[in-house]
Amino acid sequence: PAKNVTQLKWPWESPRRGASSPYRNFGDFDAAYGGWQLEGEPYTQKGGTQFDWFRSRMVGGRTNHWGRISLRFGPNDFKHKSIDGLGDDWPIGYDDVAPYYDKIDKLIGVFGSKEGLRNEPDGIFLPAPKPRLHELFVKEGASKLNIPVIPSRLSILTKKINDARGQCFYCSQCNRGCTVHADFSSSSVLVKPAIETGNVDIIANAMVREVMTHSDGMATGVSFVNKEDMQEYTVDAKVVVLAASACESARLLLNSKSSHHQNGLANSSNVVGKYLHDSTGADMGGILPQLIGRKRYNEDGVGGLHVYTPWWLDNKKLDFPRGYHIEYWGGMGMPSYGFGFGIQGLNGTYPGRDGKQKVGGGYGASLKDDYRYYYGSTFGMSGRGEAIALESNYCEIDPHTVDKFGIPVLRFHYKWSDNEIKQARHMKQTFEEIIVKMGGVVTFGKDGPENNYGLLAPGRIIHEVGTTRMGDDPKSSAVNKFNQAHDCKNLFIVDGGPFVSQADKNPTWTILALSMRASEFIIDELKKQNI
Amino acid sequence: MDRRKYLKSLAAGTVGAGLLVNCESKTATVAPDVPATSFTIDRTAEELVREKALMAEKFLDDHEMKTITVLSDIIIPKDDVSGSASEAGVPAFIEFIVKDMPDFQTPIRGGIRWLDLQSMRRFNADFASSQPEQQIEILDEIAYPGKAKPEMQQGVAFFNTMRDLTACGFFTSKIGIADLGYEGNKPNQWDGVPQDVLEKYGMKYDQKTLDNAPKFNV
Repeated sequence: PAKNVTQLKWPWESPRRGASSPYRNFGDFDAAYGGWQLEGEPYTQKGGTQFDWFRSRMVGGRTNHWGRISLRFGPNDFKHKSIDGLGDDWPIGYDDVAPYYDKIDKLIGVFGSKEGLRNEPDGIFLPAPKPRLHELFVKEGASKLNIPVIPSRLSILTKKINDARGQCFYCSQCNRGCTVHADFSSSSVLVKPAIETGNVDIIANAMVREVMTHSDGMATGVSFVNKEDMQEYTVDAKVVVLAASACESARLLLNSKSSHHQNGLANSSNVVGKYLHDSTGADMGGILPQLIGRKRYNEDGVGGLHVYTPWWLDNKKLDFPRGYHIEYWGGMGMPSYGFGFGIQGLNGTYPGRDGKQKVGGGYGASLKDDYRYYYGSTFGMSGRGEAIALESNYCEIDPHTVDKFGIPVLRFHYKWSDNEIKQARHMKQTFEEIIVKMGGVVTFGKDGPENNYGLLAPGRIIHEVGTTRMGDDPKSSAVNKFNQAHDCKNLFIVDGGPFVSQADKNPTWTILALSMRASEFIIDELKKQNI
Repeated sequence: MDRRKYLKSLAAGTVGAGLLVNCESKTATVAPDVPATSFTIDRTAEELVREKALMAEKFLDDHEMKTITVLSDIIIPKDDVSGSASEAGVPAFIEFIVKDMPDFQTPIRGGIRWLDLQSMRRFNADFASSQPEQQIEILDEIAYPGKAKPEMQQGVAFFNTMRDLTACGFFTSKIGIADLGYEGNKPNQWDGVPQDVLEKYGMKYDQKTLDNAPKFNV
């Protein structure tokens, strides 16, 4: 982001006004290169199912694009089988991870508020920005339903934490990459200082083909194709650590077959690729008639929500097993592609500035004024929930297809179960109740059983985890509780793959905490000459 | 840099000096010969290839562009606050976006033909060449989805698309953003909703929120 700047650019500086393009699916200004489909790098689907896979081939990967929502897993999230009998418990608990969450909070920075909620553990928080106007309406409306609305927890520096990074200046554009590194992406916050130590080399544009192993089964390094000169290279290593994303790491392992690891590396359990799960997602939006014709001021704020709703109910009293959190959005944001679309649905529904009811649509000066009049009055909410990890949801190597590098590609098989569909139904009911209590009107997202209540396709939330899950038993897990492969003790996996279950939290903060924990373990083991 | 020695070529190629690249050299992937007027934002090499091709391509013809210009200025005319759609560069935006998003091509091209045919039948002139009051006569039958006749529905769909693209092109332009009064996209300090606005809506921040919020030097 320091050099490839899109921050503070205006929409007219993009000929497509910030719209999505095949090379930047999240919009022309987004910091993440990539998308759901990459040229020459296909993936396939099995059995008529669908899994959408977002990939970003760049230093820092998908941390260049994310919501910066940085939630800790709580005690229940590590032991959900003990609560509802579904899935599996993690081999570790909150107390094992808590010290590392603390270290990550201090190293990277996260704002939030102390709430004392058992399963939403408080962290070491920076000050939390005040809610925007629509967020105050959300809080007021939801409170009437006893639904909590608390300050969001985002890894954005509302206060300086060191000299390498600046303080947030409230442009709301974290997704574009921050020039003062006031938000977290691994490229600017972790990779950059690592390079500055002089002990780290980065080989960018390298597509790893396989993890190489010795005849005794130990990893000896990786082989890769350099995407710039298309030549083949190898790197020797004492320890190999994979953090290629849950599915990409699984693909690498499955493609790393040898006489010692005939089923793919770290896969004597046959679980690699299985138990793939993504967060559930469903959205609804509306208009707040009170905010039509509102006064202008700069309400950009931080990049994302200032308030959110953590999971607040007891699943024992519900017809689905796991929870969800709610994210809120709206307000007077910077116009970009899509601005003003569908005005005919608004300007025929509410009285105009002159108090008179019009017929929707139109043209001319009166229409032009309507865009001004309705600006900033729409808002929406998104549920992000926990899916159950199932053995029947998986990625595997497609026996018939390779990518442009000749590397066998992944084939996905993923179906939502009734649990997720019922959860989406509950989301929609809740969203509508909140919108009504806010004094708003629903304008989109009223879905029913015909489309699984608007439940988005698996993969869409880009929280895929579980493909190399951890466990104490080498027969039913790929890595141990320190992210170390059971079958290959100098191989570690530190992305979302080792997650046993996903919680209704965004996975990033837990990936970071577990990575740090695994790193300390690696250092200890090297010192003890165990690896 | 002694890790370099661990790198060896599997194939016939040699290990070039450019092989060890750190993340800082990522900008090297951006080709230098871009006309700054077209793309002033961060582009990867792959993006530039596609975008140069898009810029070189011509899809809408002169008649279609003329019709789009007339339509966009009827949709967003100049008023007391700001200029018209064409003054804000909306036709050029539409010209680009239908190449960038090919799904628009047939609805826009076909929609213009549909409109011209309506106009020819009634006034013996294509839409852009007919009189302003004649243009309005037709548009009044397709600009209001709720009261349009069934036989005009294709025109309604076309006009909805034109209205969307015109408004979007206008309000994402420099003129349009100034008109809208969007005040952000600059470094600032967010210290909450202004007091007069809070009062207007009967809202206030509770003490916990205030205590936990960032403190700014005013």
